Parts: sequence; structure tokens; C-alpha cells
Amino acid sequence: MTENSERRVISVIVVNEASVLSRITNLFSGRGYNITSLTVAPIPESNYSRLTIVTSGSVRVIEQITKQLHKLIPVLKVYEHADLVEKEMAMVKFPLSENLSDIDVLCRAYNGKIVNVGENVVIVMVADEPKRVDNFLAVIKKYNPKEIVRSGAVALER
Amino acid sequence: MQMSGAQMVIEAFIAEGVDTVFGYPGGAIMNVYDEIYKQDKFHHILNRHEQASIHAAEGYAKASGKVGVAMITSGPGFTNAVTGLADAYMDSVPMVVVSGQVPMSLIGTDGFQEIDAIGISRPCTKHNYLVTDAADLPRVLKEAFYIAKSGRPGPVHVDIPKDVTAQIAEFNYDVELNLETYKPHTKGNPRQIKKALEAIAKAKRPLFYLGGGIINSNAAYEVRELVHKTGIPAVETLMARGVLSFDDELLISMLGMHGSYAANMAMSETDLVIGLGVRFDDRVTGKLSEFAKNADVIHVDIDPASISKLVNADFPIVGDVKNVVIEMLEQCEHIYPDNYASWRETINNFDALHPLTFHEDSERLKPQWVVKRVGELLGDSANISTDVGQHQMWAAQFYPFTRPNQWITSGGLGTMGFGFPAAIGVKVAVPEKTSINFTGDGSILMNVQELMTAVEKKIPVINIILNNNFLGMVRQWQTLFYDKRHSQTDLSVQPDFVKLAEAFGGIGYRVTTKEEFDAALKDAVEKNIVAFIEVIVERFENVMPMVPSGGSLFNMMLLEKKETK
Repeated sequence: MTENSERRVISVIVVNEASVLSRITNLFSGRGYNITSLTVAPIPESNYSRLTIVTSGSVRVIEQITKQLHKLIPVLKVYEHADLVEKEMAMVKFPLSENLSDIDVLCRAYNGKIVNVGENVVIVMVADEPKRVDNFLAVIKKYNPKEIVRSGAVALER
Repeated sequence: MQMSGAQMVIEAFIAEGVDTVFGYPGGAIMNVYDEIYKQDKFHHILNRHEQASIHAAEGYAKASGKVGVAMITSGPGFTNAVTGLADAYMDSVPMVVVSGQVPMSLIGTDGFQEIDAIGISRPCTKHNYLVTDAADLPRVLKEAFYIAKSGRPGPVHVDIPKDVTAQIAEFNYDVELNLETYKPHTKGNPRQIKKALEAIAKAKRPLFYLGGGIINSNAAYEVRELVHKTGIPAVETLMARGVLSFDDELLISMLGMHGSYAANMAMSETDLVIGLGVRFDDRVTGKLSEFAKNADVIHVDIDPASISKLVNADFPIVGDVKNVVIEMLEQCEHIYPDNYASWRETINNFDALHPLTFHEDSERLKPQWVVKRVGELLGDSANISTDVGQHQMWAAQFYPFTRPNQWITSGGLGTMGFGFPAAIGVKVAVPEKTSINFTGDGSILMNVQELMTAVEKKIPVINIILNNNFLGMVRQWQTLFYDKRHSQTDLSVQPDFVKLAEAFGGIGYRVTTKEEFDAALKDAVEKNIVAFIEVIVERFENVMPMVPSGGSLFNMMLLEKKETK
């Protein structure tokens, strides 16, 4: 059993009811598990919501996380993904004075575009794999981004 | 039928067959108490502190196997109950706890006696509810009882705002439960069971490791049969005392930090651990990497999260222990008790080398003697509760347990103050047995107000206070590991326990000799009222043997050899 910490994506299907999110986050904080990112939204035409949690831990810890999640009464299913498609979105605000054609080209390389232009700023979005979003955010540093927001990852099993 | 939320609580209790509710009224729960006043289907026992209400309900549940029920008000009423909820959660006690809450319109305004109760109870309950509409109450209460007692049992907390208890809605308790997301797995996988049995047949030195899950699953008699049919020796955890009878020759003893030498050595030497309803608690395993180092592990538990949490299970079986053991009984013909004769011999030799015993070498009574003596005088006719500390370990080591549900203790959380109220609940659940609470001079003061409850309701609990004028267990650690710096553990200044009991209308005894003790116990049993028997015991007695925290089971501190009794 390896004690090496590895990144894992877990999807959780829960009953869409009051305080269910705090049951999940309490579990993580109470048992000392990490949350790298967490997204949640209702599943259309159902009473359920789907959470995507990016976490890290040893094989044993990840196994405990999935079992403990399962133990919560409103949890229907827990998927610990092995083979998955993962996407994340980021939005970035730049001063209008930066080189917009460079920024535009970079955005498009990462499945994105300019989504809003204001008096002093331009807002762009990209949507790609989390690792590639990391790359994008590293590359655009020199254009003096004023504000960055990431959505957290969502994932589907292949 | 249309009725108020408060009436629904009463009707649900009646439908669930509740005969006793432990509780304490207050502002937010008054509508429900008004309905309690009007009914005569169940008793209400007024404890003198909400924590005691929860412990009493725990004692009731542990002794009877039924769901314990408690009722409290909002704010401080609820926060006082939190220790009890946590205790019940750690020891998997089936309970439903109903609390009042400020009216919906005041929630979130820092109203009088408002606290986010379900926010607080979330990590120390199996599940909890804030009911915002009386129409939901029948379903919620029915779910609460079902969740509390099914699967791995646990406390369920239902928080009801005051206006919801006044709200009128339809009550129909005959609804089918539809818990799509909660389906406990009770039947063990037959293939896994078969593999486990094959492993047992091959093992040279197998060992049953019996846990509290056996009591919860009401499987003690099936486990006794399995142990005898296979001839495999067994150790018990603290929570499993009474699964096997004390005089069973296949029972080695309790294992763990204060387990016997033979039990811990057997666990260290076994080649196959057969864990039934256990969770490999750190007080049991000692140093994990050295625990049953050369053994494969069969682990049967209803909670999948308990399996391979701390010790990897080679043969995991998720299911109710009772079901799994019944399956095993049907297929264990190829396991021959004779195969383990030399293994049993080895264990007997361990036991002969360092038996579980004590020295009677002091002027004062030895606490272990007191426990043994109660066993001789009352034995099977008593149910035994304890508080937490040295007295608890001595009771676990030396009382001659003969049946499941005879032993009621706070294992996981280790809650001082548990014993007295729990023993009240035990007596209410099983009135025909004497209810004994072994306690210490530290623990007893943590819920001493329950003297009033016991006197008012005529619940004759006998509290045996092993008084060493110390917070004994902490003192023991300070002596052994902190160079005898007895920081804040000297309890030389004490109340007069006899007068204290009498002040509430109970009876008190102070004894210093064996003859006095026998007379006091006899008198207390006959008088049939709540009693304190304060026994002045040797101050510096240590619980032995002992595995120091984090040490390996086979590295025990042992009782010094002297002439033994």
C-alpha cells in the first residue's frame, strides 16, 4: 500500500436538500482530508445534485474518503474516477492597455475567447483541462492580469 | 388525521413502541411537553441535566437493545446534550433525540436560546434533521427511528422549531419509507464467507477478535456457538464483554491497553485474526505496524468504512455479524477443533505465566477485590455500568460477565459522568436485575445531580465509588510517564459522599473493610433505593498489565510478581 499522495477526482451524487453540502465539507474537514476544488450543481430533472471534488491523498485515504462519503445518508453514489474527461473554466480580467491580439490568440489556444470589453478592462474566458488552465494562467502573467477566477474541475467518466 | 406537530411526536413515539422518554423541558419544546402531560402511553423521566438524559437513554438502549429516546430544549438544553450524542455516536448506540428550536421566524437572528443545533450535531450523529414543516414530521420521525436502529446503529437528532410543533398537518405513520440513498448491506457475500472459512481451516493459530458489533447485532449466542464448534480461542474488546461467558474456556480475556498478557500475546502470535464487529481502535491495537504482524485478517462488519480503515483486511465481509455468523455455522464442518489443541495450550501457558490478577498487600481494600466481590455476591443478577477511568478497566478485567447487554460502558468517547445516568436507564429497561454503577471519586461528581432523578422516580441504582482520592487513570500516567508530577489529579478534598447521597434522599455507606463492604452491598440491595457505597481503596494502585500508548501489544508493563491471591 503506497502512502504517496496523489490527485484524485471524485464525483458524488447527493439528494438535493438543505445542508447536504455542509455534510460533505464537514466530513472532509473533520477527518482531515484535502479539498483542492469542489463544484456543485443540480442534475436536471431530478432531485439530485452532482458534486465534483478534486482531492489528494494516499490510496488508503482515498478509499476512506469514498467509503465515508457513501456512509452519509443523502449520498446516492460515489464515483472515484480512473478514466475521465475533465474540464475547468477560468476567467481573467486584463487592463485594456495590454496587447489584446496576443491575449486573444492565447485564449483561443485554450478553448477560450474575449467575453467582455469595458471602459478600462477586458474579460476573457478559457475552458480546458485543469493542467492546461494552469499553463494558460502561467503564460498570461506578463499581461498583468488584474483578477483571476477558476471554476474548479468537472468530470465525466469515459 | 389532522394534528399539531407536537401531537405527531407523541403519536410517532407510541407507534414506535417507546415506553420511556428521558428529557428536560424548556421554552422551545413546551408544546411537546404539553402533549406529554396529556398522554399516558409512555413514561417521562426528568433527569436533572440534559447530558444525563442522553446517557440514560444510552443505558436504556444498551441494556434493552431497543432505540433510546430523549427530548431536550433548544440552545443550552441542546448543547448540554452534545457530549451524550457524541458518546452514542462513538459507541453506535441506537437513539432518537428530539430537540426544540426557536420559531422559524427567529432562526438566524441570534434569538433567545438559539443555536445552530444541527450544525453542531452533524459530526456526532448518524444523521440529523431540521424540520421546517409539520407535514414532514411523520416521515422524518419514521426515518429517524429506522436509521437509528438499522445498519450500524447510531444517534439521530431531530430539531423542531417551536412554531412547527404548533402547526397543524396531516399525520399518517403508515407511509412506506423510501430511502433511496440509504440501504445498509446486511447479508455477507457468500463467496467471501466461503473464502474466509477456507482460510480458517488452513490456519494453525486462528483467533477470534470479538467486538461490540456482536452486541449491537444481537449475535452473541450465535458467536458462542461458532466459537465452540470450531474450538478457536477468542479475545474480547472492552465493548464485547459478556459476548462469551467469563467461565468459557475458549475466552482468553480482554485485549488491548489493559488487556491480559495472554490475550495480547495471542493477538501477537496468531496467524489469522477473525474480527467480528470490531473496528481496530487504537486502545486495542497498540502500535499498528506490530499488530498481529504475521496474521491474515478476516474482518466482518456492517460498516464498510470500518473495513481496512486501519488494518488491511485480507478477507473483508460487509454484513450484519449475525447473518454472517449464521452462514458460517452452516458451513464450518471442515474446521476441526482438535487442530488447534497445541495453539490453545500455548495460550494457556501465556496465561499461566502472567495471569490477570492483583496483590492484596495493602492496608486498604484493593479496588480489584471490590469488583471481584460484587461478582461473587451478585454475578449474573446484576447489570454493570461504569464511568471512565481506572475503575472502568478493573470492572472490565475482573467482573464475571455471563451474558451480552450486561456490561454498559462508554468505550469510544470515554465520557466521565456516563455511568450513573446510564445505570438509571439500565434499571428502567431491565428492572428485575440489580443495576450497579462502578465509578470513581472523580467521575461520580460529573453527573451527581442524578441522585435526584433516581430518588424521585424510585430507581434503585447502586453506585460503588472506588475512592482513591485521585483522578486515578491520569495519576497513573503521571506516575509512569511524567516522573510522578501529579498535576491537578489529587482529589484529597472531597464531599462527604454519605451525606451527599442522604441530602438527596438516597442512602450512603462508607466502607473500609471487607466485612463492611459485604454488609453495605447486602443492605443496599435490600433497601432498594438509590445508594452510594464509598469504598476507601489503595490510593496508588495501577491498572495492570498495561501497553503504554503507542507501544506494541507484546511489550506490556506487567504486574510485579509477588504472592498472588
